[in-house]
Amino acid sequence: MEETITPAIKISDVRKRYGQHEVLQGIDMEVMPREVVCLIGPSGSGKSTLLRCVNFLEVYDEGEILVEGALMGYEMQYNGTRRRAGEARIRDSRRDLGMVFQHFNLWPHMTAMENVTEALISVAGKPRATAEKKGMECLERVGLAEKAHSYPAKLSGGQQQRVAIARALAMEPRIMLFDEPTSALDPELVGDVLQVMRSLASDGMTMLIVTHEMGFAAEVADRVVFMEGGSVVEQGPPDKLFHSPESPRLAAFLKSWTHRNGQVA
Amino acid sequence: MDALTTFLLRWQSFLAENGPDFAAALWVTIRISMVAIVCGLILGFAAELGRRICPWLRRPVACYVEFFRGTPLLIQLYLLYYGGPRVGIVLDAEPAGMLGMSLYAAAYFCEIFRAGFESIPEGQREAAHCLGIRPWRRLWRIELPQMAQIVLPPAVNQIITLIKDSAVLSIITVAELTKTATRIMNISFEIVMPLCLLALLYWIISEAVAVVSGKAEARLTRHLTR
Repeated sequence: MEETITPAIKISDVRKRYGQHEVLQGIDMEVMPREVVCLIGPSGSGKSTLLRCVNFLEVYDEGEILVEGALMGYEMQYNGTRRRAGEARIRDSRRDLGMVFQHFNLWPHMTAMENVTEALISVAGKPRATAEKKGMECLERVGLAEKAHSYPAKLSGGQQQRVAIARALAMEPRIMLFDEPTSALDPELVGDVLQVMRSLASDGMTMLIVTHEMGFAAEVADRVVFMEGGSVVEQGPPDKLFHSPESPRLAAFLKSWTHRNGQVA
Repeated sequence: MDALTTFLLRWQSFLAENGPDFAAALWVTIRISMVAIVCGLILGFAAELGRRICPWLRRPVACYVEFFRGTPLLIQLYLLYYGGPRVGIVLDAEPAGMLGMSLYAAAYFCEIFRAGFESIPEGQREAAHCLGIRPWRRLWRIELPQMAQIVLPPAVNQIITLIKDSAVLSIITVAELTKTATRIMNISFEIVMPLCLLALLYWIISEAVAVVSGKAEARLTRHLTR
C-alpha cells in the first residue's frame, strides 16, 4: 500500500488573525476522498472560520490549504512568495466545493427551482431545459420535488436548508462543506436535513461538517476533529473520541454537552 | 347661484388667458424633472457601484454626497448658473437647471442605492461566490431584483421631492411652473387662482408618480405575498 492518494482537502499550519487575536493558531488536518469529517468544539473555537477558509470566504494569513491538490486563494510567484489570487482564479478553485450555510442563504426572490438552476445556467452554461431537469433531480434527491415552484418564504427552515443543499449539489461538487447546517433549525426540523446528509455520506460524498449534532457526528462521521481556542485539540474515530477522550478539554466539553442533551449515541 | 356663476366665469377667463402658458410651463417642469430623475438615478447608481468596486473612490464619492446633501439646492444652482461662467461653464438657464438638479438628485439616489445594497444579507453574496457566479450576473440576478423593492419607496419619495424642488429653478429664470405662476401673478394681479392652479398641477404630477410606483412595488414584491 505505498500508493499515495491526494487528500481532498489538506490543511497545513493555517493561521488567521483578526487584529491581535489569532483565531486559527496553526491548524493541520486532512480530509481524504469519500471521508466524512465532523468538526466539533465550543463556539469561538475557530471551526467555522476554518471551514470558511477552505473555500476562501475567509482569507487565511499563513500556511496553506490544498483542495484536490491545488492551493486555495493564493498563487505562487516566480520569486517564491505568494500573493492573493484573482477573483477568476478563486472562482475556479471553488469549482469542486459545495457549501451549505447555517442560515441557508437562499435567494428569496427566486423559487426553489430558480435557486437551484441559477448557477447551472449562468456558470455551467446549461440551457434552461437541461438545467431544470437537473434541478428537478437535485430537488428529488432532497425530497422536495413538489416544492420546486415555491418561494423560500413559503418553506420551513428544514425545507429551505434542503433546497440549499440541492443548490450546492446541482454543480456536482466533489466535496461538500457544511457550516452548522442544523443550528438555525427548530429541533423537529433537524431530522430531515440530517437524513439528506446521511444519504449523501452513504453515496460516498466527501464531507467536512461543522456541527453541534454529536449524535449525528457519532453515527455518520469517519473521523471527528475537536477544536478549541483556534487549535485542533484531538481527533480520531467517533467511537474513541466520544467514549474515551484523551484530552481533559474534550472530556469537559463532552460532559457539558451530555449534561444538556443526554448521552451521545 | 349668481356667486357660483361668477366664480366659474372668472376661472374660465383666467384659464382661457393663461392656460397655454401654464401648459408650456408644465411641460418644462416635467422635462427638467425627468432629465434630473433619469440622470440622477444613473449617476447615483454609478457612483454607488463605483465606490463598492474601487476602494479609492470611496472618499471622493462621500465628499460629493456630503456636499450636495449638505448645501441648499438654491445655493448650488446660484453657484452653477451665476458662478459657472467665472470658470468657463456657461449654460442657458434650462440646461443649467437640468445639470444642477441631476447632480443634486444623484447625491440622494446614491445614498438610497447604498441602503439598497446594504439591505442584502452578506450570506446571499457568499452563496453566489461559492457557486462561482460572476459579479455582474450576481448584480443583475440577485442584488438588483431584491434591491428594487427596498429602494423603490425612498426613491419615489425622492422623485416627488425633486419634482417639487424644481420650483427653485424659478430663481435662475427657468420658465417652469412656479416662475410662470409668479409672472402671471405680477401681470394680472390675480393671486389665488394662479397659486391654486400651481399647487394643483404639482399635486397631479406627484400623484401620478405615486400611482405608477405603487403598481411597480406590487410587482416587485410578488415573491413575498403569494
